[in-house]
Amino acid sequence: MRMTRRGGTAIRAEGVSKRYRIGKTAPAYHTLRDALAAAAAAPFARLRGRPPAPQGDTAFWALRDVSFEIAEGEIVGVVGRNGAGKSTLLKILSRITDPTEGRVTIEGRVASLLEVGTGFHSELTGRENVFLNGSILGMRRADIAKRFDAIVDFAEIERFIDTPVKHYSSGMHMRLAFAVAAHLEPDILVVDEVLAVGDARFQQKCLGKIDEVSRRGGRTVLLVSHNLAAVKSLATSGLVLDRGRLVLQGGVDEAIAAYGRLQQDGATGAEERDWGAGAHTRIRSVEMIGPDGPTRIYLPGTPLRLRILLDTDGTPGLSVDVFLTNALRARIALWSMHHFDAMSLPTEPGSYELTIEAAPIFLASGHYCVDVATAVTMVNWDHQVHEAIEFETPFSNVGGGSWDFKQSFGYGFVALPSIAPPRLTKLGERAD
Amino acid sequence: MDERTATPIGEEMQPPRARKPITVIEARPGWRALDFREAFAYRELLYVLAARDLKVRYKQTALGAAWALLQPLTMMIVLSIVFGRLAGVPSDGAPYPVFAIAGLLPWTFFANVAPTAGNSLVVSAHILTKVYFPRLLIPLSTAGAPLVDFAISALLLVAMLAWSHIGFHWSQLAAPFFVLGAMITALGVGVLLSALTVAYRDFRHIVPFLIQFWMFASPVAYPVALVPAEWRWLYFLNPMAGMIDGFRHALIGTPLDLWGVALSSTSALVIFCVGLAYFARVERRFADIA
Repeated sequence: MRMTRRGGTAIRAEGVSKRYRIGKTAPAYHTLRDALAAAAAAPFARLRGRPPAPQGDTAFWALRDVSFEIAEGEIVGVVGRNGAGKSTLLKILSRITDPTEGRVTIEGRVASLLEVGTGFHSELTGRENVFLNGSILGMRRADIAKRFDAIVDFAEIERFIDTPVKHYSSGMHMRLAFAVAAHLEPDILVVDEVLAVGDARFQQKCLGKIDEVSRRGGRTVLLVSHNLAAVKSLATSGLVLDRGRLVLQGGVDEAIAAYGRLQQDGATGAEERDWGAGAHTRIRSVEMIGPDGPTRIYLPGTPLRLRILLDTDGTPGLSVDVFLTNALRARIALWSMHHFDAMSLPTEPGSYELTIEAAPIFLASGHYCVDVATAVTMVNWDHQVHEAIEFETPFSNVGGGSWDFKQSFGYGFVALPSIAPPRLTKLGERAD
Repeated sequence: MDERTATPIGEEMQPPRARKPITVIEARPGWRALDFREAFAYRELLYVLAARDLKVRYKQTALGAAWALLQPLTMMIVLSIVFGRLAGVPSDGAPYPVFAIAGLLPWTFFANVAPTAGNSLVVSAHILTKVYFPRLLIPLSTAGAPLVDFAISALLLVAMLAWSHIGFHWSQLAAPFFVLGAMITALGVGVLLSALTVAYRDFRHIVPFLIQFWMFASPVAYPVALVPAEWRWLYFLNPMAGMIDGFRHALIGTPLDLWGVALSSTSALVIFCVGLAYFARVERRFADIA
């Protein structure tokens, strides 16, 4: 198990656990009075053996027995739902807090970027803050001075570098902060969700910088992000955490798939819900099916599979329609049993499972919903269920690379990838 | 994917790095020593933090650094009227205003540093929870700006010495020793308070009261001679008693209780060590409770 190869392992975590105390009686001693009372009681507690352990109901394990090894030069995406323990893990790796149990061995200098602009002081100028922030992040003054021009250049704020930061726009503030961080040169870089900020263009620039930093000199990078497109394009491997435990360490695609399954666990989509009923039919449940079963994640360019449970009273001429709606609840796509497949529901009354497999579409990343409706074909709707399920397209990068086509950009909802390379044919000289 | 694992070429080639430091992170409960080597490695940050406080200190104030003079000046006038004139407190033969300013300078320094240092961790909670560096630098760096203030207000003292025709004497070279003593005391108290304040916010309310009380327990407005001889040992357990008495003696030649200074120095060092030890003990919990 132990790796002896020189320079092989950058980070080794062995049985790392972190306990926080929560609840009403939470922080062990909040006031002096409590502490004094506890101190008075402590000798008696010791007489009876070990000091009393925190009560189970107030102890919360943010991380539980997490072990892994990260090789030097790896770029690891850490994914998991909210509260999975990602941030706690990064805090332990960057020495901000100690684990309750277990140990982490780190080879090399670590710089953590849990928040850009840590320690920025609003009264100081941009120039002064670069030195302040750089020093806090562990850079030497001489190194900061050497990279100062590059930092200012990257942040694109040359004109305002001697203006107090309090007069900066939030965008300028963020750019300067990230620029400092991007010019750190640690052996191991720990980054938490800092890519979530800024406009799309600058975000892209930051991703590019992280990529460049990590490729150069084989630096190890740990990256927590909900931007799966960034994780997918940057990371070479992934760690998946859930409820404080390590679910998976493996390749990036594997990790993202596992994360998708976790999303499904947390949702209640598979359960039957009471949506009422129409005169002839009743839609009981709607599920999206991925390669590994039910999912709430739709990856662009994969077949769109849905499973619908419904009841019918056997009336002839009933059919089903399915709509995709965007985040604004506008309908953007239609699947129709009658119009596209020339089918109707069976005339024998009963419960049926309808499985739909629609052609791949290239959705922009963002949230979508599925509306399902039954109809007396061409006459009237029978049972309509709006927003039967919600799903997410976590990233959309049709051409590869790290540019994420987001629904929120307002450039549309569906990408139109070429099925053959675009052709340009010259017709003659410019006519003017 | 594949290109990422390829060896970097040309200018991107870097010389093989020297042995990388190995860090082990695990729970370390109980008492333990502070990592002075690490704190030393971060000494530049100490300077940067102190410079930050200094730059911010008088920004957007109309009088700027003149505040560093005004504070001890007004105190000197008030003390001279209330204690010197009205109460008729003796001043060891020196003119009362000179006597007062020689005590006020080290005292003001102490009273500026200790509470600021005490509050420093709570004020910096947003940094503590986001980035690691030796936490000790935060309370230590708070001494920088008051030290500059002290240097500015020393001009006032020089003026007062000239006004009362007290010329240069070799003993005056000993004054910085007592300033150092006052700094060690202030940082010892400040470091201890900073660690306590993170855990028990009660100290935010205790400290202003404590400092007020402390001033009356120090020979700022009155000479040590007023303290009954049999209680001097207790009196000099207050490190500031010896530092103020010594500073004043060095500058204006008031009588000096050598044993008292020795006792105060020892007491200052003890407080400093206790402060550091307690700080090291609870340091690792700061991020969880700040």
